[in-house]
Amino acid sequence: MSHPLIQIKNLYKSFGDTEVLKGVSIDINRGEVVSIIGPSGSGKTTLLRCINVLTKYDKGSIKIDNVEIGYTNDDEDYRKERSENQLSEFRAELGMVFQLFYLFPHLTSLENVMLGLRKVRKLSKVKAVDQAKYWLQRVGLTDKINSLPSEMSGGQQQRVGIARAVAMDPKVLLLDEITSALDPELVGEVLEVVQKLVEDGMTMIIVTHEMSFASDVSNRIVFMDQGKIEIDGSPSEIFDSKNERLNTFLARIKK
Amino acid sequence: MEAALSSLPYLMDGLLVTLQVTLLVVVFATIIGVILGVGISYGPLWLRILVRIFSDFIRGIPVLVLIFFVYYGLPAIGINMETFTAAVVALSIFKISHVIENTRGAIQSIHHGQMEAGQAIGLNFHERLIYIIFPLALRRFLPPWINSVADTAKGSALVSLIGVVDLMLAMQKVIGRTYDAMPVYIVGLIIYFIINYCLSLSSRKLEAKYAYIKE
Amino acid sequence: MDYHFNFSYIWRHFDRLLYGLALSLELALVSIGIGMIIGLLLALVYVESGKTIRFFVASYVELIRNSPLLLLVYLIFYGIPSIGWFQYSATTSFIVTLSIYSGAYLVEVFRSGLASVPEGLIDAGKAIGMKPWQRLISIRIPTMFRIILPALSNTYISLFKDTSIASVIAVPELMYGAQWINFNTFRIIEVYAVITPMYLVTGYLILLSLRQVEKKFAI
Repeated sequence: MSHPLIQIKNLYKSFGDTEVLKGVSIDINRGEVVSIIGPSGSGKTTLLRCINVLTKYDKGSIKIDNVEIGYTNDDEDYRKERSENQLSEFRAELGMVFQLFYLFPHLTSLENVMLGLRKVRKLSKVKAVDQAKYWLQRVGLTDKINSLPSEMSGGQQQRVGIARAVAMDPKVLLLDEITSALDPELVGEVLEVVQKLVEDGMTMIIVTHEMSFASDVSNRIVFMDQGKIEIDGSPSEIFDSKNERLNTFLARIKK
Repeated sequence: MEAALSSLPYLMDGLLVTLQVTLLVVVFATIIGVILGVGISYGPLWLRILVRIFSDFIRGIPVLVLIFFVYYGLPAIGINMETFTAAVVALSIFKISHVIENTRGAIQSIHHGQMEAGQAIGLNFHERLIYIIFPLALRRFLPPWINSVADTAKGSALVSLIGVVDLMLAMQKVIGRTYDAMPVYIVGLIIYFIINYCLSLSSRKLEAKYAYIKE
Repeated sequence: MDYHFNFSYIWRHFDRLLYGLALSLELALVSIGIGMIIGLLLALVYVESGKTIRFFVASYVELIRNSPLLLLVYLIFYGIPSIGWFQYSATTSFIVTLSIYSGAYLVEVFRSGLASVPEGLIDAGKAIGMKPWQRLISIRIPTMFRIILPALSNTYISLFKDTSIASVIAVPELMYGAQWINFNTFRIIEVYAVITPMYLVTGYLILLSLRQVEKKFAI
């Protein structure tokens, strides 16, 4: 158990001519909650998407439990991309919650949570229903289990999104600006759910603009700017930092 | 195959008739269809109801029923037409209903704020129609309109059934003479394909040309 | 104008029209069923394949969509048996034709439907570890159907109307029944006065029932 859960080394990613990640390295341990903050375009969402290979990285390495996730061998010059089927197996161990929820529109909230349990975890229907109900109860939606996404508020949809991800019992939960698309009065109910998961000891990487929330729940906060990690430290280190870019960013966010 | 090729000039005469029918139908249908389309968008209630009934009625029945009705049915009440005229009349009526919907859709796609902005600078209704609505609607109107032109060329094959010697009937006649159906059908398929494909290509070009007008 | 309406001939032969309408519906239903299978399979092949296969699928779609249905009906009923490949009844021949024809239109409908499934939904499927074919079955296809339902209704109704063309090869559907009565009784206006509402009402009922489906499945 000596190695970190996630090891990212010297990660590069370009979309066409724009280099979005320019050599990102970071380790994340079991049970840690790490928030990534930074201006838009700084590469924080791309970094998150690389961790479960929704976006393929070009150079560098991401290891989860010491296994390279995007490629089949270590040698950077000759390595081969993993097949979608292989990637699926890795992704099953990583939970992700999206900014725009992306609930399956044709399924009720119960079925949304059950889908992965049935198809990926191959649970029996009875067990899947049980587990899905348990998680919907944990996010406070017992009365909405038979509702379609179109019948729920954004906050409720996002809580289903969280239940769908954690029901898979992932090693780490990736949260991609999960409150950015919500009306201000709905943000609280979603963050409350995340807070509870933090108390459970879930490992999390959180991309967020909610500074006070980040400082409340995180062990570490990472400030990214222009495709690089600018500072990586405890919440107090971050908010006391003299770094000019960070302070410009924080000042802009406060407005 | 030689028989099919040697009868090409005869097929070309038929093609000419197909193109004539298409052209006439498109001209009539566009003029009347656009007028009625504006009518259903801005006209008084009685006009809107009448046009709506006409359009839904015509679009609800098979073209073939319309063609046979005009050619075989109308003479029973004393309206006699030559095959060519009957073909143009029937297909025009059919196309008018589509141009109406096409026009209505294009006009509806324009934000009503545009009309209000026109009012605000003091344009009267006709000026607003000509200077604001039509130019904006054109982009939405053209691609489906071209498609419906292509559709007319294709759909006009049905007029062969009342004896108009268009490309389709010319093919049948050649086959009747040569007893060699397949090559003639294939040549016909190619000719129809070329006409329609050219038209749908120009539709895409037009769409690209007017794409700069953003809502 | 001194035309005297006389519907008695029509009622005497009304069973022909009823039988014809039933056959029209059957032709439409069977052809659409086969066309849906062709359309869905080829649309999937199209979105999952490289250039060469895409070219073949696109050729089929463009060729059929740019040909008059009447020509295809003739080609399959008269043309293909004339070179001695197959022999089949007019009804079978028409079903084959309309299936191929509707298939080409439905490839386009399905293809654009698949293309409009939000990328984020597919990502969400990936994120819970679903394999590509599981995402296809559980996410992409069901979402696509909800997107294309309105376009599908239009296609169905226009295919139902297209069954009238089967009359040219003597398939005894509604249009053929009408013509039979025309030629035997010359009560032409009355025949049209009866079959027009039959087409209208049936088309309208098809539309209504599909609207119900749409409401049930709307996103």
